[in-house]
Amino acid sequence: MIYLIFAYFCASMIGITLMALTRKNPVHSVLWLLLLFLHIAVVYLFLNAEFLAVVQVIVYAGAILVMFLFTFFLLGAKELPKGKRYIDLWEGRALIGLLLTGVFIGAFSSVNTSWKGKYTIEYIEKIGHTKALGIMLFNEYPLAVFLLGIILLIPMIAVAVIAWRVR
Amino acid sequence: MIELIIMIIKTSIVFAVVLTHVAYTTYAERKIIGRAQARMGPMEVGPYGLLQPIADFIKIFFKEDIVPRYAEKVLFQIAPLIVLVFTMINLTVIPFDRNFILADLNIGLLFILASASVAVYGIILAGWASNSRYSFLGGLRSASQVLSYEIALGLSLAGVVLAAGSLNLREIVIAQHNSVFGIYAIPQIIGFVVFVISAFAETNRAPFDLPEAETELVAGYLTEYSAFRYALFFLAEYVAMYIMAFLCTLCFLGGWTIPKFITDTLPFLEKVPGILWFAIKVYSFIFLYIWVRATLPRYRFDQLLNIGWKVLIPAGIINLLIVAFIKRLGL
Repeated sequence: MIYLIFAYFCASMIGITLMALTRKNPVHSVLWLLLLFLHIAVVYLFLNAEFLAVVQVIVYAGAILVMFLFTFFLLGAKELPKGKRYIDLWEGRALIGLLLTGVFIGAFSSVNTSWKGKYTIEYIEKIGHTKALGIMLFNEYPLAVFLLGIILLIPMIAVAVIAWRVR
Repeated sequence: MIELIIMIIKTSIVFAVVLTHVAYTTYAERKIIGRAQARMGPMEVGPYGLLQPIADFIKIFFKEDIVPRYAEKVLFQIAPLIVLVFTMINLTVIPFDRNFILADLNIGLLFILASASVAVYGIILAGWASNSRYSFLGGLRSASQVLSYEIALGLSLAGVVLAAGSLNLREIVIAQHNSVFGIYAIPQIIGFVVFVISAFAETNRAPFDLPEAETELVAGYLTEYSAFRYALFFLAEYVAMYIMAFLCTLCFLGGWTIPKFITDTLPFLEKVPGILWFAIKVYSFIFLYIWVRATLPRYRFDQLLNIGWKVLIPAGIINLLIVAFIKRLGL
């Protein structure tokens, strides 16, 4: 049963992505993308990563995609421009396809199902996924978290500076 | 199988109770606003106008469902459903009493924030799909308003999560009951005020009801909607009010418990069932909603965004810092 549901989500994610890519109206594209993000959240749930699932919805569906919609509305783009795409070479397409295939092969060959370490499935089940994630992030990777914070802070300062200059 | 049937019965009880409450909240709102303006409010249908919500429902159900010719048909029709579904879904994670909860999620609080952020799409789409200037402006206003105030709302709730050490709403209430004051509204008074103001803005209610400001935008994103689809939006707005009231009760006012210093002095109060305390707190919050609507004028849109970004978000961060210090020092 669970495999059937998982199969449905995998298949429909591919279909939804195709729909999002082929829509003429950018607003429709964004809506298909919203559906895709909700499906991705469910796939996280299959991995027992409930925190990631909810963050996926809050951050990507709730904030970033709304920003996309906002931009479309403000620019008043009813349809995408019909002109030539930036890259229209079949060699380029083939190269990108090959590269992506390489990435996939690399990713699948390095999947290790019998991974042993401090963060076992039993440990995560005992203290909860959110807590396990927090403990790991702030105890083992504090520097990375700080760096990410600074990286996110810089564009904020930049936006403030730009807004200041306009006024 | 038995479990499934029990689950279905429980769910239908919760939904029926909440929908009845919604119907009579409209009645209460008209009565209270009427009294505030020295009128009687609805008096004609039934004794004291008590059957007014039912009459309204029958009327709106039999009206014609109009779709504008140049509207985006499908989106226009599903927009109210998106809003309603993603608002009603929140009822599943709310613990109404010690043992009465439909789905005891580990991340109940985040679940509510997530579905609230998806419900915004319904409003934006309603504005866009109507193909009308008023609707469109209403939708845009709603989007920017909800986006801005979600941050303040999240920051004020982050203080609660930090103090309780859990995202599970039931555990938050229990941790709250065991804390010094018994309710988080006292030590986190800044967070509480930030939460209440952002809750008003999140649900598009007065004094922040700019997306449907009658004097400027006719009815905002609702302009082109009629009959049942209008009623769905209306329903969603009131359910969202109740969700915010539930959230406030659970995270700041102690849910179904009352502070220990009250039960120490008046021990007979412990006999009162928890659901009653819960209901009293929720009703007070709903009354606050209506009271504010009856008394405060509407803000201008730039004032609204200024309050959100320049006052509430810094105040939320200060509250978070204070809570972190309290927690660290073990007070």
